[in-house]
Amino acid sequence: MALRRDWVYENNGGTCVAIAGSDYCVIAADTRLSVGYSIYTREFSKICNLADKCVLATSGFQGDMKALQKNLAARHLIYQHQHNKQMSCPAMAQLLSNTLYYKRFFPYYTFNILGGLDSNGKGCVFTYDAVGSYERVGYSAQGTGAGLIIPVLDNQLKSPSPLLLPAKDAVTPLSEAEAVDLVKDVFASATERDIYTGDKVEIVVINASGIRQELMELRKD
Amino acid sequence: MFRNQYDTDVTTWSPAGRLFQVEYAMEAVKQGAAAVGLRSTSHVVLATVNTAASDLSSHQRKVFKIDDHIGVAIAGLTADGRVLSRYLRNECINHAFVYESPLPVSRLVVRLADKAQVCTQRSWKRPFGVGLLVAGLDETGAHLYYNCPSGSYFEYQAFAIGSRSQAAKTFLERRFESFNTYSRDELIKDAIFAIKETLQGDKLTSSICTVAIVGQDEAFHMIDQKVIQEIINSMEIKEDAPADQAPLQEDKGSEEAPMDI
Repeated sequence: MALRRDWVYENNGGTCVAIAGSDYCVIAADTRLSVGYSIYTREFSKICNLADKCVLATSGFQGDMKALQKNLAARHLIYQHQHNKQMSCPAMAQLLSNTLYYKRFFPYYTFNILGGLDSNGKGCVFTYDAVGSYERVGYSAQGTGAGLIIPVLDNQLKSPSPLLLPAKDAVTPLSEAEAVDLVKDVFASATERDIYTGDKVEIVVINASGIRQELMELRKD
Repeated sequence: MFRNQYDTDVTTWSPAGRLFQVEYAMEAVKQGAAAVGLRSTSHVVLATVNTAASDLSSHQRKVFKIDDHIGVAIAGLTADGRVLSRYLRNECINHAFVYESPLPVSRLVVRLADKAQVCTQRSWKRPFGVGLLVAGLDETGAHLYYNCPSGSYFEYQAFAIGSRSQAAKTFLERRFESFNTYSRDELIKDAIFAIKETLQGDKLTSSICTVAIVGQDEAFHMIDQKVIQEIINSMEIKEDAPADQAPLQEDKGSEEAPMDI
């Protein structure tokens, strides 16, 4: 068995979650950066504010995450110069998809969730795979802890579940405070069993008054 | 300037060592609507006269934000100005992407000058017909540069370009030595005054002038029309007062911002 010496990726672990509400969006990600069974740092932000009403959370290989964030931020600046306004969340969603597919044959090793408000002020969450396939949903989780979190969200947020047909109005009827509490709970649960998730969770809430950020401590083991 | 046998191509020298096509390009700048720039140690202000092709059309955009720390005002062929602004924006974005820091103004103007020079040495190109006042702030302080179609550039404390700019230059020459000590508001006021000089009799209203500023804690942005109109109004009140130059000179040293009237 030949030793493969061209593996250029690394999984730095971590989990991201987002929930869309009727007039808000909650995006959260833990702050642990790991490699193998070690921790690189406990204080690493996986969240990037791309626009006024648009926030990106990324899990996977953080080198690619950084490059992707910079790429999108530069593209957003160009957009602002040309159109004299900020990009809407759905527009950024398409841009992210195109950017990811552009590297279809040498992908960004990133699992993204884009959250924000659409042009009507309603919360929106877009979830991606590594090569740009995306879908607008009411809630999503990506990363090492996603498998532990998604079933809980499905249970709690049944109405915007992508499992329901016909596809209903995606946003959850929960209030902003309830959604934030739910996010805190699911992170605490994922931290218990997923070794790559923990330390702190960074929670970002977007609503009509802007972007608000809070940090919550998680188990450090 | 008159037509002569050396002015057909930009690649033809005249016996006196002149490139007439380049000089004609600089004429295009002189025909454009006026633009002025002023610099203090912490701020740079740009002001332009906005012409409109007719009463029915909108005003030309002559001031462009290039990055948070740099903006330009143009005079001459506005289409060329727009294209160059796009180039400058790209350069700033690419630099920030690679070096995670803002592009120093001096580097930007050199690239712009090199781009202009290329067009003075290709038989299939023409020089850009636009002069740019580049205003920016970087680690080394506040800067104002003038880039002309010939590919040369100079740094200035204050400058004016475009039609009837000589009147503004005369005004600025009288006062530029104290610009470094000016407050932000005094700088804006003098920029508007300089623009007023270029109008020579025509009424100055906020609708025909655009003023933009960049400062140490202030990203490049256009100043709101209402604020400009207030400054213009306060200038007019001062002019109706019996003393002519005296009120202006008192202003320079006063603690009160000129708008507190």
